[in-house]
Amino acid sequence: MAVRDILLYPNPQLKQVAQPVQHFDAALQAALTDLLDTMYACPGTVGIAAPQLAIDLRLVIVDASCARKPPDQPVHGRLVLVNPQIMEAHGEVLGREGCLSVPDYTGNVQRAEEITVVARDAEGDVQQYQFAGYEARIVQHELDHLDGILFLDRVVSRRTDLFPRKKYR
Amino acid sequence: MKKWFVLTVVGADRPGIVAHLTAALYDGGCNLGEASMLRLGGNFTIMVMVQHQGTAHQLQQLVQPVAESLGLRVHVDVSQGGPHQHLEPDVIIRIAGADRTGIVARVTQLLASAGLNILNLESDVAGTVQQPLYIMHIEGQAVAGVAALESALQIIRRDGVDATLQRIDTVIG
Ligand SMILES: [Zn+2]
Repeated sequence: MAVRDILLYPNPQLKQVAQPVQHFDAALQAALTDLLDTMYACPGTVGIAAPQLAIDLRLVIVDASCARKPPDQPVHGRLVLVNPQIMEAHGEVLGREGCLSVPDYTGNVQRAEEITVVARDAEGDVQQYQFAGYEARIVQHELDHLDGILFLDRVVSRRTDLFPRKKYR
Repeated sequence: MKKWFVLTVVGADRPGIVAHLTAALYDGGCNLGEASMLRLGGNFTIMVMVQHQGTAHQLQQLVQPVAESLGLRVHVDVSQGGPHQHLEPDVIIRIAGADRTGIVARVTQLLASAGLNILNLESDVAGTVQQPLYIMHIEGQAVAGVAALESALQIIRRDGVDATLQRIDTVIG
């Protein structure tokens, strides 16, 4: 186990598309341990993606229960998402994000309000999850890292409407 | 050791203000920090942190030629701090209503006494000349908690002003 250095923007590795996990082996477990140790070493952090530790794998951890203020909605707690895919997304909402790889900056980002995600767990079993609100935002932020996208690419101006505009269906 | 200054520039809006001013600062060896640049009414306003080798007076002289050529007024203050001093807001408050004298003073006094530390306030006058609307977005820290601000907003709503508060739960990941 180890707390590892987090890659900081503008490190070009953060802009690369990560490779799918093929083997659920000891190397994967070691990567997971490092991700967990590093995430929990940064108080208030609610997610981390493997590329942030220069690990070229489609692997993220989310834990909405680590938020500084407890989320209003029930959350899953710690989840390991391997090769995750968003199958469905509904609604749009603006919210605030920051990133371990971009210290001392937060910005408003538009995200889907509810998402359905299919991913493998740490043992390689396929799981399906529903996420909403704050937790859905974390998952979308982390999944972006797997595609080499930073929240900086999605920040909207402070002067635009800062309020969630629900799309009525 | 270069010191930080806050440079304030105001003038009638026209194309090229930002480009010309920042070129003059760059040519004069300045670094730029955080900035707010926006159109207010028919004016263009700039507030920018500038790191500069000399005194406030020398910085003023550095930008004076370009300011005069563009019809801009310049003001320089010595800054107590530099970049990397962000505070994170934890609430957004939105105020909207028919424009009337004293609305900003009334709202901000009530919110200040309820413990709001304002980090960013943006307001617009919308609507029409006959029926102006006042719209204000405030980001800040609820130093005395959200409940105290909610009580203040209740009082504001009695004046017929729409006031909503939204918690900011920042995702860090
Ligand atoms: Zn991130």
